[in-house]
Amino acid sequence: MTDAVEFVGVSRHFGPVRAVDGVDLAIAEGSFFAMLGPSGSGKTTCLRLISGFEKPTGGQIRIFGEESARVPPNLRNVNTVFQDYALFPHMNVRDNVAYGLMVKGVPRAARAARAEEMLSLVKLDGYGDRRPAQLSGGQRQRVALARALVNEPRVLLLDEPLGALDLKLREAMQDELKALQKRLGITFVFVTHDQGEALSMADRVAVFSDGKVAQVGTPEEVYGRPRTRFVADFVGSSNVLPPDVTQRLGGPARWSSLRPESLRLAAAEGAALAGTVTALRYLGAGTRVVIDGNGAELAVLVPAGQALPAVGARIGLAFDPAMLHVMDDA
Amino acid sequence: MGLRPVTLPERGPGDRLTSLFWRRPNLLLVLLLAPPLLWLGVVYLGSLAALLLQSFFSIDEFSGLVVHEFTLKTYLELLRPSNFDILLRTVGMAVAVTLGCAVIAFPIAHYAARYARGQWKAAFYLGVMLPLWSSYLVKVYAWKLILSKEGIVTWATDAAGASAVLNAVLALPVIGGNSLSTSYIGTWIVFVYVWLPYMILPMQAALERVPASMLEASADLGATRAQTFRTVILPLALPGVIAGSIFTFSLTLGDYIIPQIIGSSRLFIGQAVYTLQGTAGNIPLAAAFAVVPIAVMLAYLAVARRMGAFDAL
Repeated sequence: MTDAVEFVGVSRHFGPVRAVDGVDLAIAEGSFFAMLGPSGSGKTTCLRLISGFEKPTGGQIRIFGEESARVPPNLRNVNTVFQDYALFPHMNVRDNVAYGLMVKGVPRAARAARAEEMLSLVKLDGYGDRRPAQLSGGQRQRVALARALVNEPRVLLLDEPLGALDLKLREAMQDELKALQKRLGITFVFVTHDQGEALSMADRVAVFSDGKVAQVGTPEEVYGRPRTRFVADFVGSSNVLPPDVTQRLGGPARWSSLRPESLRLAAAEGAALAGTVTALRYLGAGTRVVIDGNGAELAVLVPAGQALPAVGARIGLAFDPAMLHVMDDA
Repeated sequence: MGLRPVTLPERGPGDRLTSLFWRRPNLLLVLLLAPPLLWLGVVYLGSLAALLLQSFFSIDEFSGLVVHEFTLKTYLELLRPSNFDILLRTVGMAVAVTLGCAVIAFPIAHYAARYARGQWKAAFYLGVMLPLWSSYLVKVYAWKLILSKEGIVTWATDAAGASAVLNAVLALPVIGGNSLSTSYIGTWIVFVYVWLPYMILPMQAALERVPASMLEASADLGATRAQTFRTVILPLALPGVIAGSIFTFSLTLGDYIIPQIIGSSRLFIGQAVYTLQGTAGNIPLAAAFAVVPIAVMLAYLAVARRMGAFDAL
């Protein structure tokens, strides 16, 4: 099966800035693919390379096997949900949703009917006559989604679409987007800097760093078996252990990672890892205990209801050796 | 550590005034607005009302004195063919100048709003504003020389072997003439030149407020450049275009110097007002003439509003 989107050695340099630098990617048809990374890591530029708003300075991008270098955005059967939604303020919701059909010359009645269908798909029946300014952030988000889906794109691109929503709405939209993607079977490519969002929604995640892909894999792989220090730290803020500590804990002389939830508090005597508690951060479902162990900072997630040490107390850490993950970094 | 005061002492008149304005928020507003409102209300609207009043008086044909009685006779005077021609000529020129300005200004404003950054943006503002720094009369007389029969335009078209084209243009009925400087074409060129900055600046401000993502969204959904222009850029930039056209339109309606220096010596509204209130001493008719641009502008704004030009404001 051909991949929905394929990057072969793709670069996009802006003068001396290498926004995207030699990226190879394959996004399978029908998958929910997340591009995860901090701001400036090249993920949004990659999305814009797929939609055609950026041209690669090197390499090839193929969409369903077709080389896209000479195809302008309006002829790509790929649609985008923009970060700021980019709804047209001078049109009502129905005309916004039907815009893609209008520019294709679909007659007014047919496109109005289709727009209503799309609006009911995103649970906004009856909102057709309103202006975007009269909608809440979550509703605008849905209109942007309906507008992008009206052309039945082969690939739907989403640029941080949930960034502007509050937490509760964001979680509800995550579930809805996931369900919608399953139902429509369209390939979704999703850009986010929120690792929780990427892990909970995507089938596969690409972690970006400095214009390069640091790791591609399932959420379980990226979270549980990070390949580099960057991935371990960025995805789930893991404890990154230098080679000497890894060795002390029974591993090879390489960098390794240990998830905060894999660690347990224990008595200081006889523990392989021990240190002084420097801070406690209450997170609701648990408390993150930060420990200074001979210069290495370690975080432990203590589930709610368990006894907490005091700041300044000396404490030991216990863990299952199987959870110690050795990384590729030398 | 000593105890720090809960309330800090007032240091001087600045703090006392700030406290006063904080306790009485409306006071500052009144102080700020009173002078301009007095100016606008008394000097500006007052004289406009006086003008309107004058237009309802008439002139006694024998004595040449103003009859202070309400009448619509003066307005009927406007409909006499010789006067009505002046109105049509002026409004027609204003429409042509506005269209010309809009067509020339759009690419410049679009470039400035979308692409110009840093030094290029500064160069744009300087380039647009620079002509406004030199005297209006100097510019108009310079244009008279440029457009005259012995001027550089005739010389350049001759040198390029295109004098047949220039002659054909000048041979056009009504808008043509002996030379560019004595034709309506010349008047139009100079009007467009002089008012162009007033179209570019509001247009650029309006185009700058259209986010780039909106244009990308349009292309993303399959629109061609022309469709994006028609359905997204133009409607969103329309308030700016209207604002610019209000300037070019009303400035042309009221100008009496350009048509006097460059053109076919037929009268425009401004010139008619000038002659009527001066040598002819017919203040009521001059006032009636002066009311026409106001009425035309009000009608224009009403139409623009009906068309939704201000919806995006």
